[in-house]
Amino acid sequence: MSRLGLRAIALGYLAALLVAPVALIFYRAFEHGFGAAWSAVTTPDALHALQLTLLMVVVAVPLNTVFGVACALLLARRRFPGKALIDALIDLPFAVSPVVVGLALILVYGRTGWLGQALADNGIRVIFSTPGMIIATIFVSLPFVVREVVPVLEELGVEQEEAARTLGASQWQVLTRVTLPSIRWGVGYGVVLTTARAVGEFGAVAVVSGRLAGQTETLTLLVESRFERFDLVGAYAASVVLALISLAVLVGMTLIQRRKVA
Amino acid sequence: MIVLLPLAAVVARSTDGGLDGFWRAVSSREAVAALRLTLIVSVAVVAINAVMGTLIAWVLVRDEFPGKRVVSAVIDLPFALPTIVAGVTLLALYGPKSPLGVNIAFTRVGVALALLFVTLPFVVRAVQPVLLALDREMEEAASSLGASPLTTFRRIVLPNLRPAIVAGASLAFARALGEFGSVVLISGNVPFKTEVAAVFIYAQIGNDNVTGAAAVSVVLLALSLLLLASVSRLGKRRHDE
Amino acid sequence: MAIEVRGVSKRFGDFAALSDVSLTIPGGSLTALLGPSGSGKSTLLRVIAGLERPDAGSVSIEGRDVTRAPARQRNVGFVFQHYAAFKHMTVRENVAFGLRVRKRPKAEIAKRVDELLALVHLTGWADRYPSQLSGGQRQRMALARALAVQPSVLLLDEPFGALDARVRAELRDWLRRLHERIHVTTVFVTHDQHEAMEVAEQIAVMREGRIEQVGAPAEVYDRPANEFVMGFVGPVTRLGERALRPHDLRLSREPVKGARQAIVERVVPLGFEVRVELRAEGGEGLSAQLTRSQAAALGVGEGDLVWVRAADEEATRRSGRGSDVSATPQASAASPTRG
Repeated sequence: MSRLGLRAIALGYLAALLVAPVALIFYRAFEHGFGAAWSAVTTPDALHALQLTLLMVVVAVPLNTVFGVACALLLARRRFPGKALIDALIDLPFAVSPVVVGLALILVYGRTGWLGQALADNGIRVIFSTPGMIIATIFVSLPFVVREVVPVLEELGVEQEEAARTLGASQWQVLTRVTLPSIRWGVGYGVVLTTARAVGEFGAVAVVSGRLAGQTETLTLLVESRFERFDLVGAYAASVVLALISLAVLVGMTLIQRRKVA
Repeated sequence: MIVLLPLAAVVARSTDGGLDGFWRAVSSREAVAALRLTLIVSVAVVAINAVMGTLIAWVLVRDEFPGKRVVSAVIDLPFALPTIVAGVTLLALYGPKSPLGVNIAFTRVGVALALLFVTLPFVVRAVQPVLLALDREMEEAASSLGASPLTTFRRIVLPNLRPAIVAGASLAFARALGEFGSVVLISGNVPFKTEVAAVFIYAQIGNDNVTGAAAVSVVLLALSLLLLASVSRLGKRRHDE
Repeated sequence: MAIEVRGVSKRFGDFAALSDVSLTIPGGSLTALLGPSGSGKSTLLRVIAGLERPDAGSVSIEGRDVTRAPARQRNVGFVFQHYAAFKHMTVRENVAFGLRVRKRPKAEIAKRVDELLALVHLTGWADRYPSQLSGGQRQRMALARALAVQPSVLLLDEPFGALDARVRAELRDWLRRLHERIHVTTVFVTHDQHEAMEVAEQIAVMREGRIEQVGAPAEVYDRPANEFVMGFVGPVTRLGERALRPHDLRLSREPVKGARQAIVERVVPLGFEVRVELRAEGGEGLSAQLTRSQAAALGVGEGDLVWVRAADEEATRRSGRGSDVSATPQASAASPTRG
């Protein structure tokens, strides 16, 4: 088959599967004018959903970044018993269905869950409220930073760190002056992916949130509930907000990728 | 604490009614139908994307055309786009109000389309770096020895890409097995017809049949773990070579 | 004539890799394409093989014009610098590849592969994978693979470039003996003049996409067409206006008519030979090469004063003969070239 033929097939597939559908919702959202779309994303429910989504990001991303970098340093620089097991377990959230994640959290933190009684006695409500959604978000976006940083650390090798140590740098100085600056683009890439997942998570959050409009509804849940209520313009408008965030993520990924290569 | 404990709770809960209860939950007609549909559609989708993903990776590495970098960035769209939005966009183009006059809503084709969307990047991203690092001289050697372009691809390029294709396909398969967000709107959750495993679990949670949900979850978990283990084995083997 | 290259040009973007190159390679010969990197030697080899298509000119192999034919229809054997081993195949499968794509009968393939593995001394390694072989073994495997299809010409692109010095010397020697046995027209690319001198029957020296000179090793060394060739195929030193080989300088302890005075700066023993680094009156540096016994007879050390002249002036100026030491007992016929 000719080069042009292969190119046409590849681009045609991408266009039909990815580009055309996403382009169409931009068109559909603004079909009835910019005003209709704007008012659909500025209703109290929509604004609350946006806030809640941002809250997920603000809590989950920093936590997962710190955990991810620490975990990556451990996996790439230390030997300890059970390392292979941890290495395998880190990927688990990628392999588990988001719905199963939600179910699992209910079974631990829910009313009848393992910790449910203890939490209820202290007046803490996890499931059907924000803490549960945050835990769900952390769960599903946990591996990104680790997975991006470990290969960077491995490729970096230990020579620069050893050089710094022979020059009299303390453990902390080695970390902050040598290691962290060298992995910053890897971390950045992981953070972007974590953010994308935190913004976009649907299944796990849907299960643990209880879907209370104006209370535990994130943007993704809002899209679904509007779609189910046949509020198509509202669903498309909220989708466009999420799609714009994704496009920003894509741009970020591309820019960082270029830096990483350079 | 965040990962293992909850998953352990799922396993524990699935056997609340003893192994008998677990077996009864997993072998209920609806659960079997959901699991079977999930497996069949996932296999088909992964097969398609293994071929298309390899082809796209080939075009991205070996072809030159204006806008290639944009195309390369677009590959990651399914990773960046919330799954529910993926479902909404696919329905907008191919659903009841399709400008193309097709309607895949509430059909298995629709489910497959959603899974094709979300699993597209895996094989592309696994194959791309391997293809980039592939020794072009091997192909030149083959052609100097008399091999046609097709033979060179089949006998030289493909065997070298196979581990990457298998690794990417396994990840795509794990993703397809558990996919929920992009499928939930398109499938319409018609039991025995378009209800996949994740949607089934979601419905059971809603019906307070937590044991049933947990049992099917355990089946999904086991499959995912198996895949994960085989991928990391594969990765290690490649590392050793 | 086994290979006839006529007026071949090839550009890569702005870079002219080959400019109007013509070259004839006699059947059964062993030819080296010698030149610095970027001289176009590899490109020329790849054009002959059909791995690059020339922008202009023609290539014929054994009388057949193959300019438009793809590599797979040229029946050439090509050996790459980095072996291009098929990593996913065993040694046996690698060697058999060309025969298998030609759909030869299984028995014939097995027999031919066994012969070739014996020829390259890899009989015991047939079922190993390339990753289990050393560099030298991989290159021998690549050679067997190229020879398996009984190519009309064998082309080798820097075949020993990736190997360490000792293995390289072994393989050079082995390649020459192999060529004596099978007599296939062979062209190899190298940037190492020693390698070209030692292995080839004919050398084509290239620079900046052109062929500067073609000739037997002794001819290229002793009668270089220009100063570039002279400098590339061997060491050069300057005596006033003249460029000549360091072993063509004569040193003496006593004043000689027409010779120049110089101070010995350093005496460097190089095993069998000794290099004497000198500074002449005008301040210019030059170096002479003597055998060890000559150096001992001359008995110079750092700081000594000597008189230097070219060997070919010896015949006309006979003064001071008794203390004269000649670097080449039979004065070579180096034709003086001017820069």
